[in-house]
Amino acid sequence: MSSSHHLHFKTYCMLFIMVLFAPLGNVLLGKGMKEVGSIVSWGPSRIPHIALLVLTSGYIWLGIASLLTFFVAYMLILSWADFSYVQPASSITLLVVALLGYFYLGERISPLHWTGIVIICLGVFVVGNTPPRTTEVR
Amino acid sequence: MREALLLFLVVTSGTGGEICVTRAMKRVGEVTDFRPTAVVRVILRAMKVPWMWVGISMMALAFFSLLAVLSIENVSFVVPVTALNYAAGALGGKFFLGERVTPRRWAGVLIVCLGVTLVWLGKR
Repeated sequence: MSSSHHLHFKTYCMLFIMVLFAPLGNVLLGKGMKEVGSIVSWGPSRIPHIALLVLTSGYIWLGIASLLTFFVAYMLILSWADFSYVQPASSITLLVVALLGYFYLGERISPLHWTGIVIICLGVFVVGNTPPRTTEVR
Repeated sequence: MREALLLFLVVTSGTGGEICVTRAMKRVGEVTDFRPTAVVRVILRAMKVPWMWVGISMMALAFFSLLAVLSIENVSFVVPVTALNYAAGALGGKFFLGERVTPRRWAGVLIVCLGVTLVWLGKR
């Protein structure tokens, strides 16, 4: 396998891990925090109680594990790929989050909301199709 | 108002953290060995770069803000809105790093902002 093919292969593998685990992590955190309930009081006396609820939630820990997996893949890919390549390539995660929220969490998403999500993905893609460097190398 | 403040923290701290982590990883160099022990060694090497700790601190603040906002809003609303970090990135690049942001990139940022507006309106 040539080094170029090898670079593409490992890049796509890392992107796949990112696109899978980032939305999964967010959805699990969302489910966990919904179980904790709305944080209505910001008083210091409530913080230990909220922390206990958060730290004993299995969904929160699974979410953190998923986001850590994402973060390691993200760190690794950034060691060879441009930030301006990685960011737009992972824009699909926004759509995946909405799909998981809709099908797994049963969240209501209006047509306007869906349209907004698709437009955001489009915007992120446009941002990504710009030159990665706009300043002179010294 | 409270959700807007939390989302602002998620976006600004998250973007700042990502930029710091990028800077740290570029200093560590390209990863070519993916065996678990080698990956752990890379992570330990990255932890010795101060920018990594600045980045992790900012990302931690973003994370706790995210947890707080997820307790009051749906994930399908919160996560798409955090795409505003592209706008924060472009503004930060222009005003803090002196980068020349191309018209096309500004157009993309505007499209993202339009999408976020629709998501916000669609929630109501």
